[in-house]
Amino acid sequence: MSGEIVVEAHPLDGLLRADRLPHIWCPGCGLGSTMACLANAMVDSPVPINQHVVVSGIGCSGRVAGYLKVDSFHTTHGRAIPFATGMKLANPDLHVTVFSGDGDLFAIGGNHFIHAARRNIDLNVICVNNFNYGMTGGQAGPTTPTGARSTTTPQGNAEPAFNLPHLAASLGAVFVARWTSLHVRQLEVAMRRAMEKEGFTFIEVLSPCPVGFGKSNDIGEGLDEMWMYRKNCEIDPGVDLSRAGIDMKHESTIALGNFVDIERPVFRPAGGER
Amino acid sequence: MAGAQTRIPLDSNTVRVPVGQVYTIPGRCKGCRFCIEFCPEQVLVESEGMNAKGYHYPVVAAGKELACVNCRFCKLVCPEFAIYTEEL
Amino acid sequence: MAVATAERVLTGQHFMNGDTACAEGALAAGCSFFAGYPITPSTEIAERLARRLPEIGGCYVQMEDELGSMAAVLGASWAGAKAMSATSGPGFTLMMENIGLGVMTETPCVVVDVQRGGPSTGLPTLVSQADVMQAKWGSHGDFEPIAYSPSSPQEMFDLTIKAFNAAERFRTPVFVLADEVVGHMTERVTIPAPGEIETVDRKRPSKPPNDGWLPYAAGRDLVPAMPRAGDGYNIHVTGLTHDERGYPTNDAQVHDKLVRRLSRKVLARSSEICEFEKLYTDDADIVVIAYGATARAARQAVLAARERGIRAGMFRMITLWPFPRGVVKELTNTVKRFVVAEMNLGQVAREVERYTRRPVSWVTHAGGAMFAPEPVLRSIMETAS
Repeated sequence: MSGEIVVEAHPLDGLLRADRLPHIWCPGCGLGSTMACLANAMVDSPVPINQHVVVSGIGCSGRVAGYLKVDSFHTTHGRAIPFATGMKLANPDLHVTVFSGDGDLFAIGGNHFIHAARRNIDLNVICVNNFNYGMTGGQAGPTTPTGARSTTTPQGNAEPAFNLPHLAASLGAVFVARWTSLHVRQLEVAMRRAMEKEGFTFIEVLSPCPVGFGKSNDIGEGLDEMWMYRKNCEIDPGVDLSRAGIDMKHESTIALGNFVDIERPVFRPAGGER
Repeated sequence: MAGAQTRIPLDSNTVRVPVGQVYTIPGRCKGCRFCIEFCPEQVLVESEGMNAKGYHYPVVAAGKELACVNCRFCKLVCPEFAIYTEEL
Repeated sequence: MAVATAERVLTGQHFMNGDTACAEGALAAGCSFFAGYPITPSTEIAERLARRLPEIGGCYVQMEDELGSMAAVLGASWAGAKAMSATSGPGFTLMMENIGLGVMTETPCVVVDVQRGGPSTGLPTLVSQADVMQAKWGSHGDFEPIAYSPSSPQEMFDLTIKAFNAAERFRTPVFVLADEVVGHMTERVTIPAPGEIETVDRKRPSKPPNDGWLPYAAGRDLVPAMPRAGDGYNIHVTGLTHDERGYPTNDAQVHDKLVRRLSRKVLARSSEICEFEKLYTDDADIVVIAYGATARAARQAVLAARERGIRAGMFRMITLWPFPRGVVKELTNTVKRFVVAEMNLGQVAREVERYTRRPVSWVTHAGGAMFAPEPVLRSIMETAS
């Protein structure tokens, strides 16, 4: 009996722009795994694959749009959500997923996130949170934990960090979840649940970023951060979200789960039936 | 647990444990080791050789050829679309 | 889309405000999506479309800011809609970011800028024409915009239709650079029957989706065919420099080729795009160049000059970009002097000077009040003597 069989193609290649692989993300980065979960969720969803659209912003997470073989739109920094809003409103038959990063969605894009959630626009938002601006070399962002080192906070970050599930829930998102790029099975289930729900859904996915964050913050390689998720994450869907912030310290617990799953009227612009 | 003994499930004659075949695309691997470290059956080890980019890719460890239970975790967690399994 | 309960085209004679006429022009052109943010003096366009779009089966959404508005317009265009926004100077500034994205991704759309006094918050309720150069240079990088300048509510209607058609033909954001006077004045507007209105739709791919298709390869007209999201073409659209497959690239040669094609697709057909009006220029010694609301005053000044025996004429620019340098060069052969009258500190005057060796008098003010004919007439008479 032999061991592994070496092949040239992967079962998901049909949904990827395989001519562009290997992708640009660093060894140990969780974006590839998160993208794989999304690809699986899209294939399994009842919506035909042609009607799936992915809209992304700028950053490493934003590059996901370029690797998925569906109609994909790599827009300007922070503006994926309003772009997706225009697309969805102009053609409600499209199923639009916004896939972007913590800085893109919550710094420059924060205002758009707030209003799309408030309105309950029918969009699925996936935020890969690697706690820094990775693409540009590891600067601090709105989710960088207090005290963490980055290229723009060499003395340690003086700012408090956003607690994303708490923020999303407070804005009325109808589905709020946090998983990691290690918890791929639960993440795919969460993505499928988000896709079948109508309204504004939000999934935060924690991902290692060894080059931008891990190495400077006592975490090391991507594998080390994955082990940290393994040891420190607790699946606690009923957690008090106001206490579910993340400080990425070795002794702290990280709450994971599908925290919110509610119904709210979905945004419908004025006039007629849709 | 105190007093733990090996328990044999009542339906163990009828339930089959799956056996999986591992497939790899070594050229895509970036040596992150997620598959190796998180395989529940410890089926995989690093190769001796390197791919064209200089990374050690996963290979099935000697003696572990039938150990894969097709849990597909490697397929799900690999960021590079470089490994998957299918049930034998 | 919602069910239509009213007519798209309000055929007939109307006594209509410029902003309203612009909105009706958009509807007549086939606009089915508006995303915007209220800003004086363009708000009436949004308000009219907030009422009218739902009744004709379209979509109106008020976004949280102009950055989001422009992004939503692009998204709607990629879903297949003819989409637009309307704003004024401060909002135009915010929209520059995604106008650039629209240029780079070749997304048809229309942005109406009803200009007011600037810079910054400026004079929110009063006229200027100070965004002309911003339309050309406001978004970073090299590109060739298309911009129309209406002088009346009728032209607000007509030129908005032309703007949509140009957007579809050239696959690019197109501007209607109106101004507060024309936007807020009320005049007769004739709206023709739908069959008499020419509308243009973007070129769609001629073949069904196939793996070898190159979304950004263009034929002789330099404009690629544009699919719609959801049609199965699996197009990747990015603001990064991209090759003909749409994939991002760092290659300087590919970048140069792309940026040049984006410019040439407009410039090579500028004679087709450029519109203007000539008044008594055939035998004119002095030609006044004006556009928008100022042209109304300039016309009076030219007529008054003629009454005094001065051979004056007016070249009214209807298209501001691409700049009608051909007409300026042609007039250079016969005129002795140009007078450029505008409600900014010489944005078009500067451009005219580049294309002529004749003296150019600048009659300018920074905005805030409608031009009277007198300053233009004085300038004509000075240069005549």
